[in-house]
Amino acid sequence: MDVFSDSANIDTYVTGFLWILKLTAAATVGALVLGVLLAGMRVSPIPVLRGFGTAWVNTFRNTPLTLIVFFCYFGLYSALSLELSDDIDTNNYWLGVIGLSVYTAAFVCEAIRSGINTVPVGQAEAARAIGMSFIQTLTLIVLPQAGRAVVAPLGSIFIALAKNATIVGTIGLMESSSAMKELINANGDAVFPIFFVFAGTFAIFLIPTGYAFGWLANRLAVKR
Amino acid sequence: MTTSEPLIVLEGVNKYFGPLHVLQDVSLSVDRGEVVVVIGPSGSGKSTLCRAINRLEPISGGSITFDGQPLPAEGKALARLRSEVGMVFQSFNLFAHKTILQNVMLGPIKVRGEKSAAVRERAMSLLERVGIAAQAEKYPAQLSGGQQQRVAIARALAMQPKALLFDEPTSALDPEMVGEVLDVMTSLAREGMTMVVVTHEMGFARAAADRVVFMADGQLVEQAAPAEFFASPKSDRAKDFLSKILTH
Repeated sequence: MDVFSDSANIDTYVTGFLWILKLTAAATVGALVLGVLLAGMRVSPIPVLRGFGTAWVNTFRNTPLTLIVFFCYFGLYSALSLELSDDIDTNNYWLGVIGLSVYTAAFVCEAIRSGINTVPVGQAEAARAIGMSFIQTLTLIVLPQAGRAVVAPLGSIFIALAKNATIVGTIGLMESSSAMKELINANGDAVFPIFFVFAGTFAIFLIPTGYAFGWLANRLAVKR
Repeated sequence: MTTSEPLIVLEGVNKYFGPLHVLQDVSLSVDRGEVVVVIGPSGSGKSTLCRAINRLEPISGGSITFDGQPLPAEGKALARLRSEVGMVFQSFNLFAHKTILQNVMLGPIKVRGEKSAAVRERAMSLLERVGIAAQAEKYPAQLSGGQQQRVAIARALAMQPKALLFDEPTSALDPEMVGEVLDVMTSLAREGMTMVVVTHEMGFARAAADRVVFMADGQLVEQAAPAEFFASPKSDRAKDFLSKILTH
């Protein structure tokens, strides 16, 4: 394990995972907000919004994430000159967050929508019967119950998101997979140790995350 | 008790579910303070009639007016109308993720924008009245069916409605819990609440109704004061229906 006794290498390793952590955190928030909005659109009584939600899901769920992240870089940044920061790393980071968010939002939307289907029709009827608007019925009654029903599948989506964040390496951010490649290139004799340290780091963070979501799903479940 | 001033007026109401003609030219007027019990065999359209009054079920033709205003088609005006017409469902439909107290307080606070403290006081006194005050912090699933239905009535009352609609409120209850719900309904009727009650509880119809409306096959077949209706029904459909349920 000589590779990891070199402080420059450690720095590469730590920086790589810090990027993954930041990408995951920001894209989780982005995907959750967008996904809930999209789910709201898909069940709304307004055809234009329903169409928009459906189009979003069909587009981003069926496009490879690599292509979406490429598009953020070459399309939004290079062609359309969308500059999010003077610092190139920070700029690529935010482009990555956009790509990860719009992609993951499609999956979050569909999970929430399946959650909405678990909420009995009577819940929304009772809400409407006391005079709630569509938005109130959705945000106060239906979505809170739908969200609780899909905590576990949302957990899987966010775990996938954390791993998908490595794709932002393709547009030049030194996140963990790029860091691993760099270390392997410089230390050809230590491929396996390097690989297992990087893979193991993901596992150490993500396995407990999975259990945490499972525990949360049980705790938040709505008793009927 | 009746002041002979119509609060709910249905005129020539028609409703189709696909090819099924579930309400056929139904006309009915309910006065302020009147208690109208709607009875009839399953599939006669009585639940649909009840749900049409607050437009949970949009009608295909005819007109419904509430308190002198035609039923709004949608939007804020419809929400406002619904806030003035309480509804109690067969399956209770208490908000499963809210406590009993929150269930009762939610409407006044979110729909009417009332102050939380005042609403809490009113909600607790309503829960007191229906005998559930001790369970205020529990969740619906922790209560029996009869208790849940009494909370549902309190939730409807918290909006201080002009009328209450009951859609088979005791049909999903265990037999020993029917009485506690009917007791609450009877006391509301005595206090002059305008009520439209779809039910199979003939005892309640006799004791609390000002008028019994008999429906069959989507039509309003006959209506009369309960004593008169149960003693001498005029139509063959009603005679047949009553003979089947009253001989046991």
